[in-house]
Amino acid sequence: MILTLEEVEHIAELARLRLTETEKERYREQLSAILDYAARLQDLDTAGIPPTSSVLPARSVLRPDEPRPGLSLEKLLGNAPEARDAQFRVPLILE
Amino acid sequence: MTSLVDLSLLEMKAALRAGELSSRELTLACLEQIDRLEPRIHAFLTLKPEKALTQADAADRSLNAWRKEPDRPLQSLLGIPIAVKDVICVADVRCTCGSRILENFVPPYNATVVERLLAAGVVILGKTNTDEFAMGSSTENSAYGATHNPWDFDRVPGGSSGGSAAAVASRLVPAALGTDTGGSVRQPASFCNVTGIKPTYGRVSRFGLVAYGSSLDVVGAFARSAAEVALLFTLMAGHDPLDATTVDLPVPEVRLSQPAGHDFPELAMQGLRIGVPQEYFVSGIQPEVDAAVRQAIAILESLGAEVRPISLPHTEYALPVYYLIAPAEASANLARYDGIRYGSRQPADELWDVFRGTRGEKFGPEVKRRIMLGTYALSAGYYDAYYGQAQKVRTLIKRDFESAFQHVDVIAAPVAPTTAFRIGEHADDPLSMYLEDVFTLPANLAGVPGLAFTVGFDSRGLPVGMQLMGSHFREDILFQVAHTFQQVTDWHLQRPPL
Repeated sequence: MILTLEEVEHIAELARLRLTETEKERYREQLSAILDYAARLQDLDTAGIPPTSSVLPARSVLRPDEPRPGLSLEKLLGNAPEARDAQFRVPLILE
Repeated sequence: MTSLVDLSLLEMKAALRAGELSSRELTLACLEQIDRLEPRIHAFLTLKPEKALTQADAADRSLNAWRKEPDRPLQSLLGIPIAVKDVICVADVRCTCGSRILENFVPPYNATVVERLLAAGVVILGKTNTDEFAMGSSTENSAYGATHNPWDFDRVPGGSSGGSAAAVASRLVPAALGTDTGGSVRQPASFCNVTGIKPTYGRVSRFGLVAYGSSLDVVGAFARSAAEVALLFTLMAGHDPLDATTVDLPVPEVRLSQPAGHDFPELAMQGLRIGVPQEYFVSGIQPEVDAAVRQAIAILESLGAEVRPISLPHTEYALPVYYLIAPAEASANLARYDGIRYGSRQPADELWDVFRGTRGEKFGPEVKRRIMLGTYALSAGYYDAYYGQAQKVRTLIKRDFESAFQHVDVIAAPVAPTTAFRIGEHADDPLSMYLEDVFTLPANLAGVPGLAFTVGFDSRGLPVGMQLMGSHFREDILFQVAHTFQQVTDWHLQRPPL
């Protein structure tokens, strides 16, 4: 088993996921099996091989910064679970 | 009598222009077919019949006006009903991504592909089922229930664009949009007997596509033949200022009136070099799949193509590379679902408990699994060993294709090791499900285009798919080869027994 329960809890916390005890144990087993499979990548010598983050050649994608019409405030807030006074509403974060 | 829904997209287009058929009649015929079959297929998550009929009536007015002045230009797909995978935004139509976390999300804008197809005159009937956030190979991971394969209701339609593939196969619509991050257009096309294109990465705009693996995602299309898919592709493709990864290259006009530009079918493939990669014909693959694909390659050879054995030596590493890179990108992309700006919220007194609770409750098991896997692969201490190494091996996989395309024009291979599997067959064993993607992942990692279509049926009557892969931005060759193949074979015309 590659992962411990504590590691699973740590990853879940980094990912902001609340998991049940059953989920933690299941993910510990399944993620360990997947990572064990992925370990075969270590067999390859990749010294001097550059990483690929995009298959496209790097190029400048800057464009003139010109004002354009955007979406209305009403539309932008329309999908918010809670909104008030043209702002997203969240639980109290400062006393 | 042939029903209207059995007409192909190109036949519908001709009948609409000739005035033999109205877009309203066609749209109603599709809606009736949906009423009849949807309880057994479950291809759609959202249907918009009234909105579609309003679009159809507008199309009919334009068609009537055009018939009085036929010299005026007419929109290419005017009045044709289509469906859109529910990870692609259609303005003011709910977009769930197959997830509870977006059950009430209504996008305020159109994806660029939707904008372009609407400009070409299509009627959008609704949004199709998908694995949650396109993460899956069977459409079983939808929070709204699985889609069923029209060839056998106990089997999956493939995934993640299973709703779109099943809808086209069962004649609910003549065409539909899908997305392909690791095979999600090609594999369901193969499982359902439809033709599906995964374009070159950067060829089609991702603006308005809900992001999963941003270096891999591409929007594609399904229809019943290569010629129809080619038409959709040329309308969707091209540079978009709203997606900086789209490439400013001209979209080639795909000419399909003559097989590959020749008058004699037996010479249609003269000069074409087809590579057959040994790594895709291995033990473990269903023997009938192997046999059907080899027979299809022999047909292409009999049409004049030259068949060359090739090697893509890093094929076996595509699966571990993909299942580190895609989850890593997903874990970053899906960080936006926090219950604050859109989607549903799990209420809590503390802000962090809103995040944890919303994500823990509203994401399904496969999405959480991939977020966890990606978070781990990117975390301090493991980044170099997992994510970094995967990115380097991705370079080797890309180089395999670059070397191969110095010697061949297309690569022909099976889409998947098996035909459609049973619903529930891979439940609780994610790795066995991931192995279904073994032949489709390399094209996404290399960014090359792939076209899937049917080359036979197995003993259970299930379609067998072959994929053609080409070098970057050479979708035109794939369409020509598949179109020629479909001129001399009729597997793609077979209908599921519904």
